[in-house]
Amino acid sequence: MDTVKSILLVGVGGQGTILVSKILTQGLIQAGYDVKMSEIHGMAQRGGSVSTQVRYGDKVYSPIIGRGAADILVAFEKMEAVRYAEFLKPSGIAVINDYAIAPMPVAAGMAVYPEGSIEAMAKAFKTIFFNAAEIAQKIGNPKTMNIVLFGAMVKAFDMSGIDWEPVFRTQLPEKLLEVNLKAFRAGMEV
Amino acid sequence: MKQLMTGNEAMARGVYESGVKLGSAYPGTPSTEVFENLVQYKDSLYCEWAPNEKVATEVAYGASIAGVRSVCAMKHVGLNVAADPIFTATYQGVGRGFVIITADDPDMHSSQNEQDNRYYARFAKMALIEPSDSQECKDFLKEAYSVSEKFDIPVLFRVTTRVCHSKSIVELGEREEVTTPEYQRNVRKFVCTPANAKLNHPILEQKLKDLAIYANQSPLNKVEMKGSKIGVITASIAYQYAKEVFPEDTSFLKLGFTYPMPMDLIRDFAGKVEKLYVVEELEPFMEEQIKAAGIECTGKEVIPNVCELNPEVIAKGVFGICPEITKVEAQVVPRPPALCPGCPHRGFFYTLSKGRDFVITGDIGCYTLGSAPPLSAMDSVVCMGGGFSVGMGLAKVFEITKQTAKKVFGVVGDSTFFHSGMTGAAEIIYNRGKMIPCILDNSITGMTGHQDNPGSGANLMGEPAPLIRIEKVLEAYGYEKIIIVDPQDLAAMEKAVQDALASEVPAAIIARRPCLLIKKIKHDIGKCLVNPEQCRGCKKCLKVGCPAMCVKDGKATIDQTLCVGCKVCAQVCPFGAIERGEQ
Repeated sequence: MDTVKSILLVGVGGQGTILVSKILTQGLIQAGYDVKMSEIHGMAQRGGSVSTQVRYGDKVYSPIIGRGAADILVAFEKMEAVRYAEFLKPSGIAVINDYAIAPMPVAAGMAVYPEGSIEAMAKAFKTIFFNAAEIAQKIGNPKTMNIVLFGAMVKAFDMSGIDWEPVFRTQLPEKLLEVNLKAFRAGMEV
Repeated sequence: MKQLMTGNEAMARGVYESGVKLGSAYPGTPSTEVFENLVQYKDSLYCEWAPNEKVATEVAYGASIAGVRSVCAMKHVGLNVAADPIFTATYQGVGRGFVIITADDPDMHSSQNEQDNRYYARFAKMALIEPSDSQECKDFLKEAYSVSEKFDIPVLFRVTTRVCHSKSIVELGEREEVTTPEYQRNVRKFVCTPANAKLNHPILEQKLKDLAIYANQSPLNKVEMKGSKIGVITASIAYQYAKEVFPEDTSFLKLGFTYPMPMDLIRDFAGKVEKLYVVEELEPFMEEQIKAAGIECTGKEVIPNVCELNPEVIAKGVFGICPEITKVEAQVVPRPPALCPGCPHRGFFYTLSKGRDFVITGDIGCYTLGSAPPLSAMDSVVCMGGGFSVGMGLAKVFEITKQTAKKVFGVVGDSTFFHSGMTGAAEIIYNRGKMIPCILDNSITGMTGHQDNPGSGANLMGEPAPLIRIEKVLEAYGYEKIIIVDPQDLAAMEKAVQDALASEVPAAIIARRPCLLIKKIKHDIGKCLVNPEQCRGCKKCLKVGCPAMCVKDGKATIDQTLCVGCKVCAQVCPFGAIERGEQ
């Protein structure tokens, strides 16, 4: 089973993890892998913590993993990285967006947003972190933050052998294509 | 052609390829996308959202009686609502193939319980089929229709969240066209008078015996013989997990047809292995039957019956293997789901929550989130429709025992009103309930992702539909004071509550404002801003529970990417520090 790789995408409902998982799985299929993906719909999407799992290899059985089994963790929000850290293998890589979204207990004044998420992750794992929101803002569309992260993940996990640009063409409408490709390339350069 | 599909997409495809001509469903996670995808085949079939699961099941069963292949789909708790027609349909049998899709939710990702609906197959006496990936979701449906017609019996097609919402590769097929015979009345078969039911029951028992024989040869059950040391009997998604955990030389009996169980096949398999495990999610449905047949096996001794399985849980249970987990030294704050910024329910719950002591019986939908802090405006949530009738129980007791003078507000949504709130609304009038029923009408079925309903003016086929006005229904029932209010206008909302409380005649509140996420409506979107000079940091605005609000360095701030300018916070601010800017 070592030939099967597991990617865990985590974030907050509405951050665009689903689009990233779509592009990712399409690219992997076109590269000839067996692919399985699992996501959760429904209540969690209302501003809650969300996770998507993607697994690929010669033959994949389970669409989901247990703890200590992910090869790469991509966190679209920094505290979510810590929440899901137990799913990462000791040898796994974390790609973290240095970006905070206050959860309801914080917004309601009942809790304080914790300090030091990224530092703690960097101590425990090989960690790549940067502010994808700033990069996306510079590119001209803050919503492409997800694609910037995707670019960084492709580079960190050495998946640049796959030709991703044609996949973008099949998954995105024409008017959003250029800005997303820009975001992807910017993420690759992080 | 090969495609990456969710189980729900693949089931829609399987329904289409099976030549089905009618489908009826009520949305519910994780089943909703079956019908959202089915509608893409509307040139070949008719499909609809019904007001509830019982109606959906009856419509689909009627279609089967009329001589076409039909399907209904629902989440696991929906089958509780639909149980009545199912328990009689099994006695009567089918016209053409009739399949009931039940989507169970182990782990309760988006549900109130994790009931194991496989027991319904045994209880109601029908065939049970369980796919384990998207390809099987499609292919097994074809066999389901063939079984339904050959054995004259409804088929329960049971999937789980991870089957529904996981994607795997599917090879597509062609649609099989099924001819429709001329309709003939069949009183003996389809009229459930006691005389006919008495004749039908032994016939059904014989069908189950015949199905048990079929089960042993069903193409849906397959033996993967490797070594003789360990054998695993498994079904559904648990098969995929077990394949990753057990050693390479483990033999598998992978079941797709799980009721009646293929006991000869199981006995034969058990005889070929030294140690037999039964790996199944939730209840010991297979294990109990296998053990009752006198076959030794290990199951729930090592596999938990609560929450969902995954490879880690099975590895730990069977082999005592625990994963290596790296500890990260940082705090995490829970991130529960919350009402969206601009959600029309916020004003309603804020008004009922502030400094009051109302009893609020809630229901299933986005508005269940009104129970969460800081709104904390809910006493109970049980099931769909319960918002009214559970509230009636409390109100009656308060009236009889005088234990409290608290007023009861029962809350349902618009889709829930049509689903099963109408009967509760009738109950309140008929039995003179001293409570105030409230309908939070956001013009859509929200939590499941925006499906139309009888109050939304459109149907699943994408056509305009007659719009049933909730106020007209209430009026017909005998509500004499029906207060329709925009919940985002807090002064009007407050007045509505006061007027309803003061009313001498039966009163109801309809809090009406469309969900902000409805795409076809043009919403009034803007941004609210805090004037830091005027903000005194009193944190009153935090009481509305908006994800866009927070206090930084003693002053309120509003996240400009999240805010939609609903102005609920501005109405709450005692110092006029929040204003809506121009778009």
